[in-house]
Amino acid sequence: MSSGFRSLSRAMLLGFVRDRTALFFTILFPLMFLVLFGGLLKNQGVSRSKVIEVGPVAVIDQVPADAKRELGKLLDVTKMTDRAKALDAVRKGDYEAAVEQQGDRVMVHYSAADQVRAGTVRSVFDQLVQQTNLAAAGTPPRLSLDAQQVEDKSLKTIQFVTPGLLGWAIATGATFGAAMTLVTWREKKILRRLRLSPVRISSVVSARVGVSVGVALLQTAIFLGVASLPSFGLKLSNYWWMSLPVILVGTFAFLSIGLVAGAWAKTQESANVIAQLVVLPMAFLSGSFFPLDSAPKWLQAVAEIFPLRHLNQAMLDVMVRGKGPASVLPEMGILAGFAIVLTLLATRLFRWDDV
Amino acid sequence: MGSTITVRGLHKSYESLKAVDGVSFDVEAGEFFGILGPNGAGKTTTLEIVEGLRKPDAGAVELFGESPWPRNPALLPRIGVQLQASSFFERLTAREQIHTFASLYGVGAKKADEMLELVGLTDKADVRAEKLSGGQMQRLSIACALVHDPELVFLDEPTAALDPQARRNLWDLLRAINTQGRTIVLTTHYMDEAEILCDRVAIMDHGRILQSGSPAELVRGLDTPTRISIETGAIAVDEARRLFQGAEVDDDGVSLTLVTRTPAPVLAALAERNALRGLSVRGATLEDVFLNLTGREYRA
Ligand SMILES: Nc1ncnc2c1ncn2[C@@H]1O[C@H](COP(=O)(O)OP(=O)(O)O)[C@@H](O)[C@H]1O
Ligand SMILES: [Mg+2]
Repeated sequence: MSSGFRSLSRAMLLGFVRDRTALFFTILFPLMFLVLFGGLLKNQGVSRSKVIEVGPVAVIDQVPADAKRELGKLLDVTKMTDRAKALDAVRKGDYEAAVEQQGDRVMVHYSAADQVRAGTVRSVFDQLVQQTNLAAAGTPPRLSLDAQQVEDKSLKTIQFVTPGLLGWAIATGATFGAAMTLVTWREKKILRRLRLSPVRISSVVSARVGVSVGVALLQTAIFLGVASLPSFGLKLSNYWWMSLPVILVGTFAFLSIGLVAGAWAKTQESANVIAQLVVLPMAFLSGSFFPLDSAPKWLQAVAEIFPLRHLNQAMLDVMVRGKGPASVLPEMGILAGFAIVLTLLATRLFRWDDV
Repeated sequence: MGSTITVRGLHKSYESLKAVDGVSFDVEAGEFFGILGPNGAGKTTTLEIVEGLRKPDAGAVELFGESPWPRNPALLPRIGVQLQASSFFERLTAREQIHTFASLYGVGAKKADEMLELVGLTDKADVRAEKLSGGQMQRLSIACALVHDPELVFLDEPTAALDPQARRNLWDLLRAINTQGRTIVLTTHYMDEAEILCDRVAIMDHGRILQSGSPAELVRGLDTPTRISIETGAIAVDEARRLFQGAEVDDDGVSLTLVTRTPAPVLAALAERNALRGLSVRGATLEDVFLNLTGREYRA
């Protein structure tokens, strides 16, 4: 390792840890969200399925009050009378299912687009019908509904907010780090000064990459550490270590975004705005703050173009869903491809100075 | 063995503005060379083309026989550069700055600390660069340029924004470095600085070098009268007019000034009459050279 790489890494790292604003936005701010989401919304499971009740549906209406509360955790029931309109709403993806009852027949219309949701709704009604049948057979009606039927049964709030918010934090840290270094060093004439020193460009770049990877790993350690505290209760799956290589390529992808923003922007302010405009909407649309499962189909499709979506998905899969290491290779490939394309673009846009 | 620096026919335009318009000069090893001119003359542009930071539209530069453009890594360890705008890493102390620059050249921490000592910043070593005064920043910037013992040093207005005391200290430092055999190229808009420090100066205006040579040569080349001033009343005005027929005599109530092309007999006559109270003798300066070349007063 060259002494240029080492001293520049050190200079960058010192500059970072002494920058209170940067520390706040890359570590403390996302951590506040983690505490907020993981702590305050502790008892909420995954979001409820939206169901339309077409006309009176006895199996729903006759449920005893306390059971209704339980049911309310799973289903968000809206009443409608127009059957065609209801079916149309389901087709559009605004609702997961429409339920109608004609005499003894309970009909659940669901869209096959979201299999998980559809499965949830179906199994809930399966049970409701069974319970009602049992009641009719003379057994006292007792509903015992819980989240058991949902596929992501382990996904308590903390389980999905940790990877999501960590993804956002890493995206922020890497994008801002690269953009700010590039713009500030150009504005402060450090790049031109470095150009006159025998340091290799590769040392400058690898110093920035090294520091960003270090920051990302620090963010990961802090996030996982805090989320695993008993009061939050994060449970990591067996293959959580696979999230480390995922984070590595994710960091590369966001560094490359930062490099493009930094090469393009002229001032620190504009670099800041560009990075913010890229990262924040992306974080919303990539499921960093809330799961996208209940978002419209088209939005979910759009989200696929964001690297953060793939970073979040991959981390969710190996950290908490317990999927095997190989399952995230496609996501890692997408992130790596993203990083390569944008880095090439950044090298074309790169300027040592404004002269 | 060729010159340390050879510059031939440099041109550089920014849109319609000819910032550098046909500049040529040579600098020999060990020389202290100054580029002197008012703001906007094209000094920085010239210097940065020579350093290899900007690409000339036309013309050629050689440093130690090699071209500095495009970035020439073989040359870089041999040159030290202080840019006009100081360039420091954010939120790093003076010591951390110079240690960082030192290690880019493979120079150890001990040498870096010595350099800090040499520019008198040891007691400011733990202060962040952005908190230093203008003069301290300038000295730190020069220390960073010199930390790897370059053979050739470029300084762009190193004493701008310094108080007189700090300027003098810096002059001493630069002279000492030059005495060690290093070649120095400096730009300045201070006439007196160029006159005192430089072996040779090039006077620049509107992107062109008007004249170059040693300051003494340039001044001598002007046929300018000497101005001799003494205290008013040391000698009566009428007597002065009678004695020094060829001189212009003027009394403003504070000083009596004699402007003459033959200062020696005038001084002898004044000494004879014991009339040297408050004496000052001023010959031509580079300012007069500039006035003579451009027909306008020198205003930096
Ligand atoms: N990057 C640039 N873009 C446009 N004009 C420039 C640029 N650099 C210098 N100039 C112009 O070129 C002229 C010479 O500038 P400069 O070399 O900085 O002069 P000096 O250093 O003697 O004060 C000035 O008029 C300046 O405005
Ligand atoms: Mg200048």
